[in-house]
Amino acid sequence: MADDKSNAAAYWKANVRLITGCLIVWALVSYGFAILLRPLLSGIPVGGTDLGFWFAQQGSILTFIGIIFFYAWRMNKLDAQYGLGE
Amino acid sequence: MSQFAINLLFVGASFALYIGIAIWARAGSTKDFYVAGGGVHPITNGMATAADWMSAASFISMAGLLASGGYANSSFLMGWTGGYVILAMLLAPYLRKFGKFTVPDFIGDRFYSTPARIVAVVCLVVASVTYVIGQMTGAGVAFSRFLEVSNTWGIWIAAFIVFLYAVFGGMKGITYTQVAQYIVLIIAYTIPAVFIALQLTGNPIPMFGMFSTHTESGLPLLEKLNSVLNELGFRDYTADVDNKLNMVLFTLSLMVGTAGLPHVIIRFFTVPKVADARWSAGWALVFIALLYLTAPAVASMARLNLLTTVYPDAAGQVENYEEALDNALVYEERPEWIRTWEETGLIEFTDLNNDGRIQVYNDANPDFEETAEARGWEGNELEVNNDILVLANPEIANLPGWVIGLIAAGGIAAALSTAAGLLLAISSAISHDLIKNTINPNITEKGEMLAARLSMAGAILLATYLGLNPPGFAAQTVALAFGIAGASLFPALMMGIFSKRVNSKGAVAGMLAGLIATLLYIFTYLGWLFIPGTNMLPNTPDNWILGISPLSFGAVGAMINFAVAFTVSNATEEPPQEIQDLVESVRYPKGAGGAIDH
Repeated sequence: MADDKSNAAAYWKANVRLITGCLIVWALVSYGFAILLRPLLSGIPVGGTDLGFWFAQQGSILTFIGIIFFYAWRMNKLDAQYGLGE
Repeated sequence: MSQFAINLLFVGASFALYIGIAIWARAGSTKDFYVAGGGVHPITNGMATAADWMSAASFISMAGLLASGGYANSSFLMGWTGGYVILAMLLAPYLRKFGKFTVPDFIGDRFYSTPARIVAVVCLVVASVTYVIGQMTGAGVAFSRFLEVSNTWGIWIAAFIVFLYAVFGGMKGITYTQVAQYIVLIIAYTIPAVFIALQLTGNPIPMFGMFSTHTESGLPLLEKLNSVLNELGFRDYTADVDNKLNMVLFTLSLMVGTAGLPHVIIRFFTVPKVADARWSAGWALVFIALLYLTAPAVASMARLNLLTTVYPDAAGQVENYEEALDNALVYEERPEWIRTWEETGLIEFTDLNNDGRIQVYNDANPDFEETAEARGWEGNELEVNNDILVLANPEIANLPGWVIGLIAAGGIAAALSTAAGLLLAISSAISHDLIKNTINPNITEKGEMLAARLSMAGAILLATYLGLNPPGFAAQTVALAFGIAGASLFPALMMGIFSKRVNSKGAVAGMLAGLIATLLYIFTYLGWLFIPGTNMLPNTPDNWILGISPLSFGAVGAMINFAVAFTVSNATEEPPQEIQDLVESVRYPKGAGGAIDH
């Protein structure tokens, strides 16, 4: 029982760590590159405008898709590793 | 065949398809009515979620707002997609493991009290009704144009059809109809965009065309657009915003709102396994992204097309626009689409300087007054409602009649699918959570279905009435609904999973604080219950606190919710042991059954 508990706690800790990492990337592309850091990226031209504009209108969406699939894939591995899957 | 007949044919044929599917997969039991039997594949479910999600706001209204706001309105794009990341990681898998039907079910059980359940029902109903108002606005625009009636009639017709549709559907019918609707709406959205991208840039893929060269002038498309806008006193399309705080909060509001919206969350109860809930969120975003990556291209290209319709000679210019601008479109020679939209009242022309030509420019820009005066312009003469842009897009680009019919069918599908999903969420909250689980547990299955249908009827009447004088364009009204959901439901759901310490009192206080603060802020600027003329302060940036727009306040509301919930919880007793065990159990996929009834 104690083992089950510490195993479950470790699984949850790993999950929270993974979520934190994914959320950092999520915030960086949207709030970072597309909004707050846009002036810093203004020197990088993309098709008639700058990189920040591209992140705001397309780049962040593409990154979001990548994050969700990465998370789903990693979590499936964690489920199996800790024996907590279905 | 006339355009009117083509539109009817496309709209009629697509409806026949949805109704056929709905009859084929008719809901048999209450469980089917709410969650489609819990056995839907992640890709199917992702597609249905995408259809549920992409409403009149995304389909009809969003590109229009992007076109008029340019970069500043990118929040709609990031907010309405970034929310899925939060949903996939912070809510969907755990709510699926919890295995009940509705959002108030989770909140009521996790916070072990009837008040928590009732407050959740209230939050859900307020957010969903606001959302339906936005749908009615959008559907009204679509119906008024394609049936060639006034906007008011358009809204009433839309209400009638949405009602019929939602009442006889239920989730099971809806899941497969939603898949058909997704296919219709994505084809309808992309085909005109591909044609227009080809016309303007020679690149058939709109998302790439937007960043490539405008064939007629040889400039990059966005640069060309900026230069025409500058000549007319508008800000650059790609110009940065001054108030970044507001843009950040607006984006955040839309994201947390996405994760807090009941009709999207309910979708994740319908997949067989917890892992599937994660994949489902990913697939939903893939299907949504197909439209969301095309939308900014549609917006920028339509804006350019609209301006070069009014100033035909400006299309090929690189500089020296004067002559092209003098040679503005003669009103009597205006294209057919302007005439037809004028009948709906959504385009209005006033010849202010009596020269018989149409002038479009930014008459609100004080720095531009001198230039305008020198050109003999006496004000902007063409008022174009933002919400018509996508629907008028194929006509503006002179595309064939069947493309116009297709977009009519797509726009109506988008509005109907979402309105139906929302009405379902409202009706299940009232009949299931409020009546069956709180007021009268002995209600028969028949009685519950009747209550569900009556609450749908009530919700739609209210939303239609308020939709006649909407608080904003379709996408803006919908953004308000997101703010409300994000400020009230999202924090309660998230804390319910990630904190064992937050108790019943904390959650109730938090939800109420978030909901009330957000509603007060919104009503202050947009009128009590959105009734025009009852606002306490004019809705302009200099009246907003720290320049935070009512659309962005949901993020602040959510922070208030979190802060209040933690403070109250820490000052009161810990949740009972069985609740802490419940929280523990939703965190692990092991042992998840199908979604269960009570």
